[in-house]
Amino acid sequence: MIAGRPQGLDRPFIMSAHSPPVFAAMQALHIDNIHKRYGNVQALKGVSFDIQQGEYFGLLGPNGAGKSTLISIVAGLVRADAGQIAVLGHDVVSDFRAARKSLGVVPQELVFDPFFPVIDLLRLQAGYYGCGREQWPWIDELLEELELSDKREANMRQLSGGMKRRVLIAQALVHKPPVVILDEPTAGVDVELRRALWRFTRRLHKDGHSIVLTTHYLEEAEELCDRIAILNKGELRALEGKRALLNLHPFRLLRLSLEGRAALPEALQSKLVGEVEGEFELKLEKGKDRIADVLDAIRSAGLRVENVQTRDPSLEDIFVEMTSAEVAS
Amino acid sequence: MIAAFNSYGAWTLLRKEVRRFMKVVGQTVLAPMITSVLYLLVFDQVMRDRVEVYDGVAYTAFLIPGLMMMSVIQNAFANTSSSLIQSKIMGNLVLLLMTPLSSLEMFLAFVGAALLRGVLVAAGVYVVAIFFVPLPLEAAWAALLLLVLSSGCLAVLGIIAGIVADKFEHLAAFQNFFIMPLSFLSGVFYSIHSLPPFWREVSHYNPFFYMIDGFRYGFFGVGDASPLLSVAVVSGFFLALSVICLAMLHTGYKLRP
Repeated sequence: MIAGRPQGLDRPFIMSAHSPPVFAAMQALHIDNIHKRYGNVQALKGVSFDIQQGEYFGLLGPNGAGKSTLISIVAGLVRADAGQIAVLGHDVVSDFRAARKSLGVVPQELVFDPFFPVIDLLRLQAGYYGCGREQWPWIDELLEELELSDKREANMRQLSGGMKRRVLIAQALVHKPPVVILDEPTAGVDVELRRALWRFTRRLHKDGHSIVLTTHYLEEAEELCDRIAILNKGELRALEGKRALLNLHPFRLLRLSLEGRAALPEALQSKLVGEVEGEFELKLEKGKDRIADVLDAIRSAGLRVENVQTRDPSLEDIFVEMTSAEVAS
Repeated sequence: MIAAFNSYGAWTLLRKEVRRFMKVVGQTVLAPMITSVLYLLVFDQVMRDRVEVYDGVAYTAFLIPGLMMMSVIQNAFANTSSSLIQSKIMGNLVLLLMTPLSSLEMFLAFVGAALLRGVLVAAGVYVVAIFFVPLPLEAAWAALLLLVLSSGCLAVLGIIAGIVADKFEHLAAFQNFFIMPLSFLSGVFYSIHSLPPFWREVSHYNPFFYMIDGFRYGFFGVGDASPLLSVAVVSGFFLALSVICLAMLHTGYKLRP
């Protein structure tokens, strides 16, 4: 049984300096052996992991991996067939009130109630959590932070997609939840807004909130997250610190072009992973494949290198390798 | 400390639901009033010298409680069902389902708002109707009790329909093939004593008949059935629907798959 309340859960939990973040010795999220089936599709196959308080955690996976199902179970929108989830020690089913008060979820879709202006939506949402007028200054602060102050009386229908996204973020934060889940918050937003949202979530994280981010933009996860889980086909494929994940596959990439746009020698074809406009990308295993040997092979074939550069694999390379290996198998 | 009952949350949802229908008051309150008055004008012209259902009660007067209750039935149902189906289709229902509101709190808030709309519409029809014909109030307790219970029944039925329906079409079918026939065939425009024996017997199995007959008893002190029986049947209907509805909300049927 998951029992007990985190210390200070009732204390204000805000971004401003006059209120310190709450930390207690339990996980922000405890996910234990979650199974979920939709008809013939097994969406989650016994997923288990923990997210510590104060973490900026990335949850990655291709479409249909089970990320949104998992988040929906955490949020109480979907019921698991088996397994248990707790938010700050509160079971999401048996102790749903405390669990949901500790949690703010920014949904993936741009959903809104068309009857009310932004300020009313936020105050109503706070009300559902039992927060009254005392929460209004915080709501004003959120509007300010998210650059929505001049839209407070606007109806959601009048707002752009980016603005709607900001309102949804504000709605998730009206009750000052210690744990915040952002389900693809930057999907379909322009670069400027994406950067603004990054800054905002970084600030939330800095002020003590535990953040869980799902995203399709892997550079976003690489930039923001401390630890990353990769889900694929309903199973947990990786759960590592960002650095450890990047080192999980010890290879480097060598990009080169040959004089006269010559073809790559036969001896190097097995290492070729990509070719774009006469530039070859070779995957070299660290400690086994030496760059000097590659250059020797080119010279032996009577060819000359025109340009060469190396790079370490990005999260995207690792993600693609992991998920495509799954597909191949 | 987290309270056992999130009263402020439930109160907020109730206020929101009331504000939602008040924002379109012309459509949700005034339009049903006008419809009822039109019924009244037409039937009054056609029937007033031909029918006297109860001794000393003009047909127009007889008609008014029936029309009031018919408006209550349709509007209490529409309030909860349309709110839920709109939220489902717009997708914003998730913003409510993620909150720490329990099934009972949501139930009470939705029913409370629909009940208020039902009472407002009934009161509006009453205020307009008494310009046409004086209306006694012989047993106010019965009228008030049946008004609240009937409004509650249809509010709960609206929640059930809103949960089950996946699109507006499903809701319209529920309204057209269930609510409308049962309300029209429940004695709004006639006394069931004027029906052939078979249909008179069948009417006794229609809970809407007890809503209208008991409510009408409140005005004239006479009815086709005992007012206590009407209160008992409608209370039982309300309790049965409430149990089904709360079970659906609690198990997350079609809401939390």
